[in-house]
Amino acid sequence: MPAAEATLEQRSQEQDYLWTLNFGPQHPATHTTLRLVLKLDGERVVDAIPDIGYLHSGFEKIGEHLDYNQYVTVTDRMNYISPLANNVAWHGAVEKLLGIEITPRCKYIRTIIAELARISDHLLSTGAMGLDTGAFTFFLYAFYQRERLYDIFETLCGARFTNSYTRVGGVMHDITSLVVQKIRTFVKTFPETLNDMEKLVNRNRIFVDRMKGVGLLSKEEATNMSATGPVARASGVTRDLRKDEPYLAYADFDFNICCAKAGDCFARYYVRMAEMRESLRIVAAAIENIPSGPANVGVDERTALPSKQQVYQTIEGTITHFELVMQNRGFTVPSEETYAAIEAPNGELGFYLAGDGSNVAYRARCRAPSFIHFALFPQLIRGHTLSDVVAVLGSLNIIAAELDR
Amino acid sequence: MPAKPETIAALQAKFAGFSVSEFRGDTRFAVPKDSLLTVMQHLKSDGKFDLLVDVTCVDYLNYRDARDRFGLVYLLANTITNERLTVRCFLNEPDLTVPSMVPLWGGSNWLEREVYDMFGIIFDGHPDLRRILMPDEFAAFPLRKDYPLQGRGERHNFPVLKRNQA
Repeated sequence: MPAAEATLEQRSQEQDYLWTLNFGPQHPATHTTLRLVLKLDGERVVDAIPDIGYLHSGFEKIGEHLDYNQYVTVTDRMNYISPLANNVAWHGAVEKLLGIEITPRCKYIRTIIAELARISDHLLSTGAMGLDTGAFTFFLYAFYQRERLYDIFETLCGARFTNSYTRVGGVMHDITSLVVQKIRTFVKTFPETLNDMEKLVNRNRIFVDRMKGVGLLSKEEATNMSATGPVARASGVTRDLRKDEPYLAYADFDFNICCAKAGDCFARYYVRMAEMRESLRIVAAAIENIPSGPANVGVDERTALPSKQQVYQTIEGTITHFELVMQNRGFTVPSEETYAAIEAPNGELGFYLAGDGSNVAYRARCRAPSFIHFALFPQLIRGHTLSDVVAVLGSLNIIAAELDR
Repeated sequence: MPAKPETIAALQAKFAGFSVSEFRGDTRFAVPKDSLLTVMQHLKSDGKFDLLVDVTCVDYLNYRDARDRFGLVYLLANTITNERLTVRCFLNEPDLTVPSMVPLWGGSNWLEREVYDMFGIIFDGHPDLRRILMPDEFAAFPLRKDYPLQGRGERHNFPVLKRNQA
C-alpha cells in the first residue's frame, strides 16, 4: 500500500519501532553548526530532515549596508575554508556591475589565489572525509599542507584565515617576489604529499568500503537539483565555469575538467583529489607567466585606491583618493542588476547584485553552493546506515557559514 | 555566456510582447505573473534550460523610479550550450503568490523556501513551504526593505527557556 493511502493508525503502527536521532547542531562530525533530525530503523536511516539556520547572520542584509569594498570582509566569513575564492567572486560581480576591466596582471594574480584557495578547500574537505571515516593520518597530511598555504596567504596579504585580499578594480597590494618564491616551493613539493595521500587511502579497504556505493547521485538528478562543482562532476556532469565561461585568465591555461561517473562518496573524493592536481598545473603555469604592469586599474578610472606615493605626489592621485574615501562620493554605479559567478571550490558561487547609483549594493544575493548541496542530503542518505551520515556529509563539503549566510 | 540571438528570437516569437533586455551580457526576460509557469515550462522543455542556478528576489521599496514592489529573479542555464537566461517576474502587494517551480526543477525547493522566508512570497504548489533560515516563530520578513538592519523588538517573540526546561 502506498504510504499516502495508509491511515494514520497504520502509519503510526508501522513506524512504532522507528526512533528519532537528533544529529547536531553541536556535533564534531557535522564540522560546523548544522542540525539533522534522523529517522532511524535500527541503524538504517529512513529519513533525514535537515534543520538549518543556526548560523544565519544576515550576510545579505549586511550587504545592503556596507559598500563594495567593505563587504569583501563579510565574504571571507561565508565559506571560510576558501575565503580568497569568495573575494574573487564578490569583486568579479562588482566589477561586472560597474563595468570595470581589470588589468592582465590582476587577472593572473586572482587566478592564482583562486586556485590556491581551491587546493586549500579540497585539502580540508578530503582530509575531513578521511577523518570522519577513520583515516586520521590522511587528515594530518592534508592539514600540514593547508598550513603551508596559510603561510603563503599570510605573506600575500597579512592574514592567514580571513584574507579580504581583493579590492574593486584590483587587489590589496601587488604580489611580491617572496610570495612567488613560496608558491614555487609549494608547487614543487606538494605533489609528493598528494601522492602520499592517495597511497594512504585510495586502496585502503576500510576507506573504500565506507565511501563506495554510498550516497548515490545520478547525473539527471544532479542537474535537476541544481548541483554544481565537484558534487555534480562526480556524477558525470561536465559543467565547469572555468572552461565553459572562461573568466579571469583561465583561457590561457591548459587543464582538464575532472569528472567521474559513479556519483557516490568515493567519486566525490576522487574528483577533488584529481582537481587539486589540475589546480596545481594552473598555478605552476600562471606563476611563471604573470604579466608585468600595474595590478590595479589606473588612477583616472577612479575605482581602485591609488598608492600612497601617488596620493602624496600627484594631483590625480589626491583627487582619486578623496573621491573614493569621502562618504558622499565613491563609484558611479548604474541602476542595474547583474549576476556573475565563478567556479568556487564547492561549486558555482555567484552574486546577484542590484545597484541603485549609491556606494552600497541595493541587493547583494549570494548563490551559495553549500545551500544547494545540502538540499540533496536527505535523498542521498535515505536507505544507508547511521555511520554513512558523516561520509555523505563530508563528501558534500557543507560549510554552515555559507549554508546559512 | 549570454543567450544566443536565435534563442532570444525564438522566445520572442513564442511569447510576443514580453520585454527582453540586455546588460553586460546578461539576457533578461521579463514575464508577467500569469504566464510565468507557461514560460518556464517552455524554457525547461523546449529551451533546454535544464539547470536552475538560483531563485532570488529584490524588494524595490526605496528604489528610484520603481513601479513594482518585488522583482522575482530566476537564473537559468543550459548545461549543453552554456547559455544563461535571467527570468524576472514583478509582483505587487497584496497578491504575492506565484506558481512553484518544484515540479520543473527540484533544486528550486530550498531556494523558494528561502525567498518565502526572507520576502514573504508565496509559492503556490510548493510541497513544503516553511521558513528555512529563520525560526518558525519569526513573524517578519527580514530582507524586505522596511525591515531595519539594527534595532530592538524581536527578542520578546521567543520564549525564555530556563535551564531545566531546555
